[in-house]
Amino acid sequence: MKNDYLSPDQIVKSLKDEFKTKIFDSRIEKHIRGLKKTEFYHIWLKSDRNIIKDIVRHLIKLEKYPHFAVSSGYDMGEKIELVYHFSIYYGLKGKEVNINITVELPKSDPTIDTITDLIPGALISEQEKQEMLGIKVKNIPKDSRVFISEDYPEDTYPWRKDEKGPEKTIRNLHEVKK
Amino acid sequence: MNSKLSNKISYQIPVGPIHPALKEPVQFEFTIEGEKIIDVDVGLGHVHRSVEWAGTKRNPIQILYLAERICGICSYCHPMAFSLAVERAAEIDVPERAQYIRVIHQELERICSHVLWAGVAAHEIGFDSVLFLTWQIREKALDLTEYLTGNRVTKGITMIGGVRRDITKDMYPTILEGMKFFKDNFEKIRKIFLDDKTFKLRSQNCGILTKENALKLCACGPTTRASGVKKDVRVDQPYFAFGDLDFDYITPDIITGEVNGDVYDRIIVRLLEVKEAVDLIEQCLDKMPAGDILSEKKPAKILSTLKKVNGEGIGRMEAPRGEVFHYVKLNGNESPHHWKVRAPTYNNILPWIPMLKGNQIADIPIVAASTDPCMSCTNRVAIIDNGKKYQLDKQQLYELSVKKTRRLMK
Repeated sequence: MKNDYLSPDQIVKSLKDEFKTKIFDSRIEKHIRGLKKTEFYHIWLKSDRNIIKDIVRHLIKLEKYPHFAVSSGYDMGEKIELVYHFSIYYGLKGKEVNINITVELPKSDPTIDTITDLIPGALISEQEKQEMLGIKVKNIPKDSRVFISEDYPEDTYPWRKDEKGPEKTIRNLHEVKK
Repeated sequence: MNSKLSNKISYQIPVGPIHPALKEPVQFEFTIEGEKIIDVDVGLGHVHRSVEWAGTKRNPIQILYLAERICGICSYCHPMAFSLAVERAAEIDVPERAQYIRVIHQELERICSHVLWAGVAAHEIGFDSVLFLTWQIREKALDLTEYLTGNRVTKGITMIGGVRRDITKDMYPTILEGMKFFKDNFEKIRKIFLDDKTFKLRSQNCGILTKENALKLCACGPTTRASGVKKDVRVDQPYFAFGDLDFDYITPDIITGEVNGDVYDRIIVRLLEVKEAVDLIEQCLDKMPAGDILSEKKPAKILSTLKKVNGEGIGRMEAPRGEVFHYVKLNGNESPHHWKVRAPTYNNILPWIPMLKGNQIADIPIVAASTDPCMSCTNRVAIIDNGKKYQLDKQQLYELSVKKTRRLMK
């Protein structure tokens, strides 16, 4: 099972064939290291947020248990972007490929489907995105805060850069009269 | 969660936020029936220090020193993973000599961390003499770190585009002498941890993580390898100079011929990794090419280049506890737009749940310690018994664990 694998180009092609115009952009980063010039690859994709689950299903076809490192997320003004970091073909000595998928969520409707039913290990990461960025993960199995304490104000999200940001909760010590 | 469909009464025990095993805070809520754990819930965030947010107010070189302070034991992995991410975003090439020096520091950190862990594990089951023995060995690793970097804990060796200090020929004898010391002591430690009857009784068939669970929950590092999953960033994506070096995945079947995924297997994996780390350092010293150690010597120039970069990158490394993952997005400003830090324990928390289920309360310290969690420790356990609350402090929990060991020794 582990002997057949696709090259990074083939992975991108297979994803584009399946999802066509729902994948907006793709980029393959090649890294060369050491005296022996060992190579490895990172793939970067931009996709529609509605197909994130289908992409994971597609990755499961390539590798039964894709490794999910974490998802990153940041505020881009009008929208929030999430980056899902997967990797497949671990255990194949140097063949592992990282697949980073960026999805955009408009601030008017910042929702995305959960992937925890396919990858249970994604739970903490999804909870963290909810509390840090104020997005809503649909059907998340455990809808509670993980890192932020319960007494932190509602509707304030530490990674936002707009009016919902943490600025009002920060106290600059030099401004406080003591 | 309180009452399960069973004729036994189940109790809920909150453990933490200060933890039984390590000296950092995390909270467990156990549901127990008698001595047996039937459900576990984990609470995090007691030491969340907003490091990622603070990073977006600093420039990349200042972040290196902030990243170093994320964890006292992984004080090399975090800044290095950050600088890997920045180097990828800004397409900075690192000289080959620096790649080799980076490997040496990483493996030295692995020795330090694994030997420290071995001592803590021995302490948790009541073998304090082994704790002193292993930490004496760790002292040598710290001395060597000090010799190579000038610091014992926060190493300050990382720089974007290379490393800050060279390893010259006249330093070789001291390093090799240190390596010889580790090799000489390896057999002694191996015998204590792998052949001792009591150690076996406490660690075998305890805290089992099946291969399937390890894969599903995306566990990483020695925790996943002890369950037979071949995941090691050093082999999977040979960053630094790992592509030039001769080594392989370490799984417990190398010694025992089978994989159980229990605490004993995690001990085997860590022990063998110490041996492998010594070997990797020797290979590096042997193969290290001449050349520069930095792609750009002036920090101000690095900063002015980074100020113009618009891009994103990821940095992955195999830290002692598993894969450490940093994501950086630069958008042409002095400080990065976003910085995400994913330490290995982040992924190794969910595997605790299947590991702890079915074990006894006295096993909590050693099972929790077996993943080498990097967040923090238990000062007290409160047992709520039908509204009547009484507390087990850390000392009592530890004594329970020691008593179990004594019981087994009889």
